[in-house]
Amino acid sequence: MEPLSAFLLFMQTIMIPGLVYGSQLALGALGITLIYSILRFATFAHSESMAFAAASSVLTIQFFSFVGLPPLAALLIGLPIVFSITIGMLLGINFFIFRYYQRSRSVAVIFTVVSVGVMFITNSLVRFLVGPREQTLISRADKALYWPSGDGEWLKLSVRNIKKLFDLNEAFTLTLPQLATLVVAIIAVISLFYFLNNTRSGKAMRAFSDNEDLAQLSGINPQRVIQITWIVAGALTVLAGVLYGMDKGFKPFTYILLLLPLFAAAVVGGIGNPIGAIVGGFVIAFAELVITYNYKKMFNYLLPEAWEFSGNVQIMMTENKFAVTFAVLVLVLIVRPTGIFKGKVL
Amino acid sequence: MSYFLEGSNMSGGYGLGEDILHDCSIGVDKGEIAVIVGPNGAGKSTAMKAVFGMLNLRAGSVTLDNNELGKLSPQDRVKRGMGFVPQTQNVFPGMTVRENLEMGAFLRRDNIEPTIDQVYELFPAVADKRNQLAGELSGGQRQQVAVGRALMTQPTVLMLDEPTAGVSPIVMDELFDRIIEVAKTGIAILMVEQNARQALEISDRGYVLVQGRNAYTDTGENLLADKEVRAAFLGG
Repeated sequence: MEPLSAFLLFMQTIMIPGLVYGSQLALGALGITLIYSILRFATFAHSESMAFAAASSVLTIQFFSFVGLPPLAALLIGLPIVFSITIGMLLGINFFIFRYYQRSRSVAVIFTVVSVGVMFITNSLVRFLVGPREQTLISRADKALYWPSGDGEWLKLSVRNIKKLFDLNEAFTLTLPQLATLVVAIIAVISLFYFLNNTRSGKAMRAFSDNEDLAQLSGINPQRVIQITWIVAGALTVLAGVLYGMDKGFKPFTYILLLLPLFAAAVVGGIGNPIGAIVGGFVIAFAELVITYNYKKMFNYLLPEAWEFSGNVQIMMTENKFAVTFAVLVLVLIVRPTGIFKGKVL
Repeated sequence: MSYFLEGSNMSGGYGLGEDILHDCSIGVDKGEIAVIVGPNGAGKSTAMKAVFGMLNLRAGSVTLDNNELGKLSPQDRVKRGMGFVPQTQNVFPGMTVRENLEMGAFLRRDNIEPTIDQVYELFPAVADKRNQLAGELSGGQRQQVAVGRALMTQPTVLMLDEPTAGVSPIVMDELFDRIIEVAKTGIAILMVEQNARQALEISDRGYVLVQGRNAYTDTGENLLADKEVRAAFLGG
């Protein structure tokens, strides 16, 4: 029995990936939930906006690398540009497409169908811009973190090195995209809540979400609130898209597969409720991981030798993780239609 | 002479629908309470909404301090000093009482703290709940928050659409006391009420509407004493 190895394996293969994937989903779901509570429709184009942000990141990295900057520096320097063009695109879509339906006071389902159209257009645009091939935002070598070792050398923070250093059977470590995701997600969420609770624009957003007519009577300009919402949601979209791309690599079609988990996260947490979106992100991420994980190795560390498993110990195959997401979504909608935290009913 | 806020000979309805108001006139002066009463469907709320610019008038006019308001939107009328408390959904349920008041003063760029203190003074119950969500308050407290929110723009006219709808008689008396206090600060108050008798008791002027027309107009006291009005609208 080796409980320490089992624990390290659990950290490396479930806890850290779950927290990282959950943070990425939370950032995306926050955007969906903000747009839902202000513009009052569920936007299907959200995952493609994330793809657009990641694609623009790929392009800016290529450009700045071409100029001669190292890839990581290129990514950081390109980020303000990525923010500007993604938010600019979202504001443009709002101005040229959604505003027409706001003026004609269309019902939510029309907005949603329009957003499906926007999704396809954005998807095509992304493929047109960066091509259908797989792209890397940062290379494998750049993903590693380094640690000062005793003799003044920088030690690569890898599972193998830590195993050797501490003489362990298992070890866990962090990569740069994972660390960046966790840190950025925490900062982004704190800033978002500060914005919503303490600034004039943030309070106007909450008031508009609570009671649109009374907000207008109080002198809050609806178009202004909608623009601010796209800007805030756009910033979250960029963070979610770029962090996911850094972590998992960029393919134009991977983001559309994120749409289901993103929606599930927003709805499970309670759509329209920002805290719900965050909790929902982690619920979905861990549900996918815990149910599709192969526990053979972990159990064998914990069980006496005589009881060891020789076959796989897995509830569902990893390829079926979307079934898990879907099951969680359906379950929550049956048991508690407003989500874990009280959101609006879709 | 004309009133501080006056809607005169108003005719009109919602959208392109038929007229609900027919040659209806309503007015109120600063520091006064005017109340619109009448049977269901008499166009009481419609008359008030007409004054607030929420429907198209085909005839007649609305003036505030002798200025013609014409086709000004409700939002612009708020900027001119008119406060409006809708009958339902008149607070932001997901925001604290204090934030509700802040939102009422959204257009103001000056220091709103003195006005918030005034509202707290006027409605001690509101002051006690300042950090609670408005959606968690009782009906009467919520109405007080709603009136407080409307007062945050420092209006010269306050319009209340059935402020006592759905609250208990004790709370109703309390609310009317508060409304009298507000009127004493020099604000003109125009309100629509179902509880006709109690409302007329506190009002300086009463308008009894029937099918969108002025049926009786007099001081609250005289209307209460009028035999016909009592028999027809106040249950004897």
